[in-house]
Amino acid sequence: MKLLSALQQQGRRSNNFRSASSQLDSAVDGGVKSQATIFWLLLHGLCCLVSLVLGFRFSRLVFLLIFSTSSPSTTSTANLYSAFHTSFPSTTTTPSTEAVNGIIAEGSRVVVGRHGILIRPWPHPDPEEVLKAHRIIERVQREQRIQYGVKSPRTVIAITPTYVRTFQTLHLTGVMHSLMNVPYDLIWIVVEAGGATNETATLVSKSGLKIFHIGFNANMPILWEDRHKLEVKMRLQALRVVKENRLDGIVMFVDDSNMHSMELFDEIQNVKWVGAVSVGILAHSGGSEEDLSVAQTEKNEKNPQMPVQGPSCNSSNHVVGWHTFDVLPHVERRARYVGDRGIVLPRKLEWSGFILNSRLFWKEAKDKPQWVKDLDEVGRDGDDVESPLSLLKDASLVEPLGSCGVKVMLWWLRVEARADSKFPARWIIDPPLDVIVPAKRTPWPDAPPELPSSIKKAINIQDNTEKRTPKSRTTRSRGSRSKRKRSAKVSIEQVTTRYSSNK
Amino acid sequence: MKKWVSAMLFYFAFCVRIEAFKFHKTQQTERISGSAGDVLEDDPVGRLKVFVYELPSKYNKKILQKDPRCLTHMFAAEIYMHRFLLSSPVRTLNPEEADWFYTPVYTTCDLTPNGLPLPFKSPRMMRSAIQLISSNWPYWNRTEGADHFFIVPHDFGACFHYQEEKAIERGILTLLQRATLVQTFGQRNHVCLKDGSITIPPYAPPQKMQTHLIPPSTPRSIFVYFRGLFYDVGNDPEGGYYARGARASVWENFKNNPLFDISTEHPTTYYEDMQRAVFCLCPLGWAPWSPRLVEAVIFGCIPVIIADDIVLPFADAIPWEDIGVFVAEKDVPKLDTILTSIPIEEILRKQRLLANPSMKQAMLFPQPDQSRDAFHQILNGLARKLPHDTSVYLKPGNKILNWTAGPVGDLKPW
Repeated sequence: MKLLSALQQQGRRSNNFRSASSQLDSAVDGGVKSQATIFWLLLHGLCCLVSLVLGFRFSRLVFLLIFSTSSPSTTSTANLYSAFHTSFPSTTTTPSTEAVNGIIAEGSRVVVGRHGILIRPWPHPDPEEVLKAHRIIERVQREQRIQYGVKSPRTVIAITPTYVRTFQTLHLTGVMHSLMNVPYDLIWIVVEAGGATNETATLVSKSGLKIFHIGFNANMPILWEDRHKLEVKMRLQALRVVKENRLDGIVMFVDDSNMHSMELFDEIQNVKWVGAVSVGILAHSGGSEEDLSVAQTEKNEKNPQMPVQGPSCNSSNHVVGWHTFDVLPHVERRARYVGDRGIVLPRKLEWSGFILNSRLFWKEAKDKPQWVKDLDEVGRDGDDVESPLSLLKDASLVEPLGSCGVKVMLWWLRVEARADSKFPARWIIDPPLDVIVPAKRTPWPDAPPELPSSIKKAINIQDNTEKRTPKSRTTRSRGSRSKRKRSAKVSIEQVTTRYSSNK
Repeated sequence: MKKWVSAMLFYFAFCVRIEAFKFHKTQQTERISGSAGDVLEDDPVGRLKVFVYELPSKYNKKILQKDPRCLTHMFAAEIYMHRFLLSSPVRTLNPEEADWFYTPVYTTCDLTPNGLPLPFKSPRMMRSAIQLISSNWPYWNRTEGADHFFIVPHDFGACFHYQEEKAIERGILTLLQRATLVQTFGQRNHVCLKDGSITIPPYAPPQKMQTHLIPPSTPRSIFVYFRGLFYDVGNDPEGGYYARGARASVWENFKNNPLFDISTEHPTTYYEDMQRAVFCLCPLGWAPWSPRLVEAVIFGCIPVIIADDIVLPFADAIPWEDIGVFVAEKDVPKLDTILTSIPIEEILRKQRLLANPSMKQAMLFPQPDQSRDAFHQILNGLARKLPHDTSVYLKPGNKILNWTAGPVGDLKPW
């Protein structure tokens, strides 16, 4: 109906057009008439195309907007809606054109039929609201933890032996971030070989945790065996700190190069006196291709899974034995000193797999069990304390954690750079580099340079007792320094000549 | 804490007051805001007696045999209610002492290959059933059905159509004008919801939801969650009809918002994801109700109900305003502002209310039945309407219902 009236109006308009223009140019009469129809056809075609794009009958919208007496509500609410696309307000104007017959029940505000899709002008997230939502989520999660998590959480006391070296920042940052994410109270005891240094202090102070930074008066040795022994002594020293300060909580041994999962910290809250978790051993090989492939073929023969150190239980969930890492296949290729190429082997039972209640170390504690030795007795004679089991008189009272050692929440890893590798103090390059020298000029050749003599001596002594196939080592000299210097010079010269020849 | 206690006392007092008032009313709907754990814990056994008519199996068993999918779709409440009543202690075999009469006719079991029920034969089926009971037993004619109840879980209840315009045109089946209807559909001031109806939740398979439970300590990290259609291209190609444009509006406004995990994909971890979400959207579809509400309540996710004038299940026993968030359809573009500006104490309170086991029980239809489940809530609702007003009992020969009213197609025998 409206279409017809519109057409009539259009026709009338074209007549007016004609009469107006007839004064100007009578010859264009016929042209004008056909122009009007062409214009109408074009308009109709345009409307059809627009309808195709929009998805509803555009022509009706045009007529509605032009010819109907649109109520003021449409114009006011039009501010909220994007102008033409898809939206036009639902209840006020639609019933006349779009709504189907006889729907509205008495008193109902809800109209059946077609409604506009309301889109606000900027349908993107508001950063303030996103922040508010995150706060809500955080609060909800905290409430969940209070409701369903550990009922009365105890303080975690983490003991870390460390010393200043190239990879210290790498390892300690990882441990620090893990500890910062622990949702319980935490005390971190950092024992440093070689005395407490500013380097370590600045690093760990960034964590914002409560820290005991203790120096240990011995330098970290180069050989892995000696290093393990010294670490044990450092841990015992830390336990003495726990004893003296009567720290209350759960003691765990967080070695700086280990990897911890957050579930570990939830699981250790279940410890009564002594607990054991399974430790995944990532025996890292030095990086040589041959090592890896040989290791893997051996592994495939026996068991292709990652070796795990931990408690093994019987059906009633009591500890009856221990899984340890089988070192025999790797003895040949093991690394002997820090930074050596080869697989770093763990000891029989790593300290990090044991969790202890700090009251075990107090002088007088209320319910301290009888089967624990006094801390001062252990390690007094300087003999090696292999694992925390030596602290117990009865090893069968250890509680297995992580569903009896099935869950591995902790991984043991030892990756170190060469002992003589240089790194900028505190990893701050000061003064800033102003000259960039091309690599071929710097004294870092492909082949590893000479090692300091002290290491060499240590190796030689060991060599005499064992047979060992030499690896890809270019030079090897024994004895005096002068000879070493000369051979070093020779090697450098060789290198430079090699480079110059490559040019 | 104090607020909670005082609120509980207030609700309890309100309930008690309305209870006393009720005895003078006939079949008016009561909008009692009973606090969860108050009226929900009533035990209907001993408060009412239900007589179950023995209909020939063509009305129930044979239909079910033809299509066993009826046992798992969201309209399965009618079948499970029948089974529950057959073995329930409220059942009586003596119709003289019965307060309520139940007619087991499965009107929502004629399914398309896709699984959607066709309502075209349902009016005739219902009419034929009523003719049967009125001719074989005298109890229908005694009250013209005022003490009978029927379960009509279809989209628009006893209007027996899935399209809203047609449903409104048809209105409620004339023969059911005096009976109590137990239905999933509920919308205020709507032809298809008559006063005195009991709104029930749609059927959701309790076993399936039980197997997908995850430990409650899993942190809730999704802010808003929704899975479902936004546009129904098959039935509504133009857009704007489906869900009155509300779902499309949700999509257009929030598809770029990282807080809103909304999509049309149906993942296998759908139930687990709901348990990791703080808010779950329950917008209307073609009808205002959806099983999402039940799922949200079971999984502890606060339901955000976007359906104007909706009447939620057991609205007189469950304080939905305290448990869910109601958003008007015109406010959908501001949904993120609305949700982030809810004070955190209220959100925690809603989660505590949702964690209440009696709340979750009331939404389920478990087999075998358990105390305080939806079956018992329906019986509670029926018990609350007792005793029947003496005016419903008609003098013999007095007829109110017009048996020949309605579309001609309905009058054909089934």
